[in-house]
Amino acid sequence: MPAPTIKTRASGAVAGPRAEPLLRVEAITVRFGAIQALSDVSVDVHHGEIVAIIGPNGAGKTTLLNAISGFYHPQQGRILFQGKDRTDLKPFDVAALGIARTFQNVALFKGMSVLDNIMTGRLLKMRGNFLLDAVYWGPARRQELEHRAAVERVIDFLEIQAIRKTPAGRLPYGLQKRVELARALAAEPHLLLLDEPMAGMNVEEKEDMSRFILDVHDEFGTTIALIEHDMSVVMDISDRVVVLDYGRKIADGPPEIVRKDQVVMDAYLGVAHD
Amino acid sequence: MPAIQPEIPDTLPKLLLAQAARWGARRVAIREKEFGIWQPHSWQACAGHVERIALGLASLGFRRGDKIAVIGDNRPQLYWTMLAAQALGGSPVPVYQDSITAEMHYVIDHSESRMIICEDQEQVDKILEMKDKLPAVEAVIYDDPKGMRHYDYPFLLSLERVQEMGAGFAAKNPGYWDAEVGKGTAGDLAIINYTSGTTGFPKGVMISHGALISTARSFLEVEPLDERDEIMAYLPMAWIGDSFFSVAVAFLSGCTVNCPEDAATVRQDFREIGPTMTFAPPRIWENILSQAQVRIEDANWLQRTLTKFFLPRGMLKAELEGKAVPAGLRALCWAGRWLVFEPLRDQLGFRRIRSAITGGAALGPEMMQFFRALSVNLKQLYGATECCAPATLHRDGQVKLETVGSPLPGVDVKLSPQGEVLIRCGGLFSGYYKSPEQTAAALQDGWLHTGDAGLFDPDGHLVIIDRVKDVAKLHDGTVFAPQYIENKLKFSVYVKEAVTVGNERPCVAAMVNIDMEVLANWAERRGLAYTGYTDLAQNPATYQLVHDEIRRTNETLAPSQRVKRFAILHKELDPDDAEITRTRKLRRGFINERYAPIIAALYDPTAATVAVRATVTYEDGRTSETERQVRIMDVEGT
Repeated sequence: MPAPTIKTRASGAVAGPRAEPLLRVEAITVRFGAIQALSDVSVDVHHGEIVAIIGPNGAGKTTLLNAISGFYHPQQGRILFQGKDRTDLKPFDVAALGIARTFQNVALFKGMSVLDNIMTGRLLKMRGNFLLDAVYWGPARRQELEHRAAVERVIDFLEIQAIRKTPAGRLPYGLQKRVELARALAAEPHLLLLDEPMAGMNVEEKEDMSRFILDVHDEFGTTIALIEHDMSVVMDISDRVVVLDYGRKIADGPPEIVRKDQVVMDAYLGVAHD
Repeated sequence: MPAIQPEIPDTLPKLLLAQAARWGARRVAIREKEFGIWQPHSWQACAGHVERIALGLASLGFRRGDKIAVIGDNRPQLYWTMLAAQALGGSPVPVYQDSITAEMHYVIDHSESRMIICEDQEQVDKILEMKDKLPAVEAVIYDDPKGMRHYDYPFLLSLERVQEMGAGFAAKNPGYWDAEVGKGTAGDLAIINYTSGTTGFPKGVMISHGALISTARSFLEVEPLDERDEIMAYLPMAWIGDSFFSVAVAFLSGCTVNCPEDAATVRQDFREIGPTMTFAPPRIWENILSQAQVRIEDANWLQRTLTKFFLPRGMLKAELEGKAVPAGLRALCWAGRWLVFEPLRDQLGFRRIRSAITGGAALGPEMMQFFRALSVNLKQLYGATECCAPATLHRDGQVKLETVGSPLPGVDVKLSPQGEVLIRCGGLFSGYYKSPEQTAAALQDGWLHTGDAGLFDPDGHLVIIDRVKDVAKLHDGTVFAPQYIENKLKFSVYVKEAVTVGNERPCVAAMVNIDMEVLANWAERRGLAYTGYTDLAQNPATYQLVHDEIRRTNETLAPSQRVKRFAILHKELDPDDAEITRTRKLRRGFINERYAPIIAALYDPTAATVAVRATVTYEDGRTSETERQVRIMDVEGT
């Protein structure tokens, strides 16, 4: 019998379409001066889903992610998370709600060790007390141990024990991406946003990363929205695919259906737009 | 002295229970680094785990004489499962976890294992892939559940579940555990170790509890260990060396066994623990040496200069061991100790080491000198899987670099008229599993025929020359031992593997593998661009570098033994391609066949390059073909 190396899609989504979505993006429009980066885009992300956002370069994928995580604020439309409107929250507040992300261009603290980098993912969960922290005593000590234990679980999960104490800047690119994922996971998010988690990786690294993303999803039930260019990865791991082109949503549905969509094929093959 | 006196239990599970009764929760039996912390398990806790796992296995139907295959890295849970199987009168069959699927299937199938314990998903996936072809396997147990949440097979269950079943079984069958352990005798099969062997299919070496325990006793008489000692379990579990040290010796002496966090963190973990005794095959010592050399090259000017000044002198002193050392050299080495040797020793994790042992294959004398110069008490051990690992060992103060030491107490070693090494001791194996003909060939009149050619030196130390069948003759009748020359070549940090040829040929020639880790560093410092192993291997600058190394080695060899021509192979010799065994012994017959075009070119004075086609086997069994040009180069001064 074949080994179930990639989990079946059906087992992933725990909530049906009837339930209220974890994240609801309602007809948002983002403009930079004269440039319309997103026009009237609506996306729902349900509990326990893996949603892939794809599209040609400049389609507005990263803008959408940035709008969700509070870097940009849409001029029109609303973003609801867990049923509450939070269109205008700052990134810090968005993170506090339980949305964590990674970046297209790795954004780690290069001079800090991998361990410390991941520890920063716990910052929002720390309750500081300047005096107690200074003497590392009582609750401060307990808190530090608790957070370190949580970070160690993530390190074990992503199999990066060997680089725990290595400065992040010294690591090869593929590992830096994994450390970024670790930092995002350390925040124990409800929704994980991954911006091109596999960019610039070789086949083996991509396979590892796909496996980790599926493991995170299985193990912690984390809802994941990711941007990815590699179509084979997208088809393998996502429950649903959202296609953007020139700032508009042109398709939204299961991967096997989206793949055969004529509009999507045109967008990718570059039919002349007039 | 062995810790338990006067009566030593006759099986490993009984030994574990005796240690648990003696030390209870006061001493640590095994430690594992997990979540960044060393997690200890006391003797009592271990005995408890073994009991629960054993009863769990019993409730799954495991009975006396059954086998369980063990696949994974060194983990306490896997050792406990081995002990649990032994407690029920069965035997574990450890499998090399990096084996290709076909090899793994052969061992599990041939041993008729009824159950399999896997460390994690990676191993479980391999088993699931071949499960159809393993009709005898009834249960597959895993330790780490990560990634297997959605796996749903009736025969797959977690070790935790097995322990729960064990607790339930115990409630219904009081006295079962004690009775089963009590039934064990010294003659029971403790383990079946499949040796990859340099020819043909792996052979299942059956080892009894009595053999393991009596060999461990002899060993401890020479190398006393007690409950304060620390050893590291980082050798493949499928190698007899691991069963011997991490189980038999550890249980008899009561020392603590430490399991590293991950295969990639072994060196860091080693340094954190600072073991007091360690055993490793040459490959690991060579690895440590290359790492040390890379670090020395990367160090600052002062450190580099000091090291380059003191290290050769330290090695010279090590070579003179047992003889008069000039006062000047002694003084220099004293200074070197504080400036270079101690810090380096500490960096490598050998600060507390009392004795370090190498075995499994030959280690170049220069390699021995390097470690002994750092006052790491590195000693040679010689033996075979068929005698539980050790037969001879260097004694403290009597280390001779060219020998493998003298026989352990209770071990008889003699030479056959053909010069083959024969061994007789209480630790001999009980035969090859399901292969009486091979057993009869290896075990004659109580003597184990090792297949190694050796001789005794005037001090009674054994010297191993080569495999009996590998000792070869040049065209003009001059005898030469390929392995001896290869070991000398391999001392160069740039050379990872070497194969010498010359049987029925006019002269000796060599094919080598470069050490990628060291060469990558070397290329980086010279700004040399390359795409991968093959490209770097065929670079003219690499050839010149290796040429100079061979030329230097040639100076230490008799003229007839010198390497006249060489080629750097386009790929690394790999156990997955059956070119070397998992313990990195060359499979000469196979190599000669596969690289026949290169060998022909080595003896064709007009050939400067040769085209080779190579089939590469990947771990999942797929194959692909490549064609490459391989250069041939003459060695000057021969």
